[in-house]
Amino acid sequence: MARVIFTANLKRHVECPVSTAPGGTVREVLDGVFAHNHVLRGYVLDEQGALRKHMGIIVDGIVLADRARLADPVRPDSTVYVLQALSGG
Amino acid sequence: MAGEFLVSTRKGLFTVGGDGGWRISATAFLGDNVSLAMRDPRSGYLYAALDHGHFGVKLHRLRPGEDWREIATPAFPEKPEGLVETDGWGKELPWTVMRVWALEPGGPGQDGLIWCGTIPGALFVSFDHGESWEWVKSLWDHPSRKRWFGGGADFPGIHSVCVDPRDADTVRLGVSCGGVWRTRDRGRTWDLTANGMRAEFMPPEQAGDPEIQDAHMLAQCRDQPDRFWVQHHNGIFRSDDGALNWTEIHDVEPSNFGFAVVVHPRDGDTAWFVPGVKDEKRYPVDGRLVVTRTRDGGRSFDVLKNGLPQNHAYDVVFRHALTLDDSGEKLAFGSTTGGLWVSEDQGDNWTEISHTLPPVHAVRWS
Repeated sequence: MARVIFTANLKRHVECPVSTAPGGTVREVLDGVFAHNHVLRGYVLDEQGALRKHMGIIVDGIVLADRARLADPVRPDSTVYVLQALSGG
Repeated sequence: MAGEFLVSTRKGLFTVGGDGGWRISATAFLGDNVSLAMRDPRSGYLYAALDHGHFGVKLHRLRPGEDWREIATPAFPEKPEGLVETDGWGKELPWTVMRVWALEPGGPGQDGLIWCGTIPGALFVSFDHGESWEWVKSLWDHPSRKRWFGGGADFPGIHSVCVDPRDADTVRLGVSCGGVWRTRDRGRTWDLTANGMRAEFMPPEQAGDPEIQDAHMLAQCRDQPDRFWVQHHNGIFRSDDGALNWTEIHDVEPSNFGFAVVVHPRDGDTAWFVPGVKDEKRYPVDGRLVVTRTRDGGRSFDVLKNGLPQNHAYDVVFRHALTLDDSGEKLAFGSTTGGLWVSEDQGDNWTEISHTLPPVHAVRWS
C-alpha cells in the first residue's frame, strides 16, 4: 500500500496523520485515505475533485501531472507527499 | 454596554467593544485569513468565513458557551462531464467556491436560514444554521447570470444580500459585476433590477446593460424598505422603488468612487460612504481619509474627517468594512492598512481604535 504524508501545516486545521492506502493511481490512494477522513478531503481537493490550486503532490519524486483527475500512477511501495505549493502565500 | 463589532482581517478575527469600551476584547483564528464574519441575531451564533489560500474556503460557527467549530462549507455540485462554462469575458468559470463574500441571516420567522454569496457568483442557502447548504440553482441557470464577470476579482461574485424586512422571502442581491437581483419567492425565480445604472467601463452602447453593472455594495433602509443605495464602480445610485430603478447621484465631493455604503435604519435619506480617487488609483483623495454623509437623499454631502488621518493616508475601505449599528448612531470602519475607527455620533467625530491591525476585510456590528 502506498504511504501518504501530508504537509505539517495542515495539522492545525484538520487531523492528517501519515496514512497508507491501496490503489494504482493518486486518485485511488487519496480516496482510500479520505474514506476515513472526509473533512481532510476538502482541504486538499476542491468540490470537483481536482487538486486545490495552491496545493502540490509529489509521488516518488515526480510532481503530479494530472491535477484534475489525479490519474498519475502509484506503486504499492510509493510515497505520496501532499504539500503546499508556495504560490498560495 | 457600548456595543460590539466583529473585525475580519487578513490575520484573524477581532472582537471590539463590550463592557471594556472600544478595545479589542477577543481574538480568534490568529494568523488565518478571515474574509467575513456575522452574528445571527436570531440564534446568537457567530459565523466566520476563512480563506486558507492553500486549503480552500471554510466556515466556522461559534455557539454561546462553546468553542468555534468547523461547519459545512457551501459547495458547487459536481460539474457535468464536458461542460465548459465561461464568464462574461469568456474566461472559464470554475465550479468551486473561491471566497465567501456575503453571509446574511434570513428573516425573523426563518429560524436557521442563512444566505451565502460567493465568488464565483453563486448563491447558497442553509436551513439548519450552516450545518448544510443548498446551491440556488435557479439563479445560476438564469441566462443573464452568464454575462456576469469579475470586478476586483478574477470571477464575478455576490457580495450583498438584503432580506426585505416586510417579507423575508423577498431578497435582493448585489453582484460585482452583475447588477442587482430580486427574488420574491425565496430564490425560486429571479428578476434583474439595475435599470438606470451606468457602466463607464463598457462600450457606450452597453453602458446601461443591467447585468454587467458593478454594484460594489447594496444597502436597504430597514424602516423605508423601498429606499436602497448602491455604491457603484461609477458612482452612487439611489432607488426609491424597491431597487427596480436607479438614479445616479452627481456632484459628490471629494469623490463618488468607493466600495462601502450604509443607510440609516429609520431614515432612508441618510447614508454614509468612504470615498477614494476613482478606479484606476483607489486611495483617499489627497491622502486625506474622510467619510461622506448625506442627510437629504444625495442632494448634498457632509465631509466627515474629525479624528481621521489627514496626511498621507492611503487607507482603502472595502465594501464590507463600514458598518452602522441598529440605532443609526454608531459607525465603525476598518482599512486595508490596518486602521480601525469608531464614531458614536453618526460620523461627526471618530476615535482610532488601532492603526496596526492586519488588512481589514470586513467590520460588522455583532
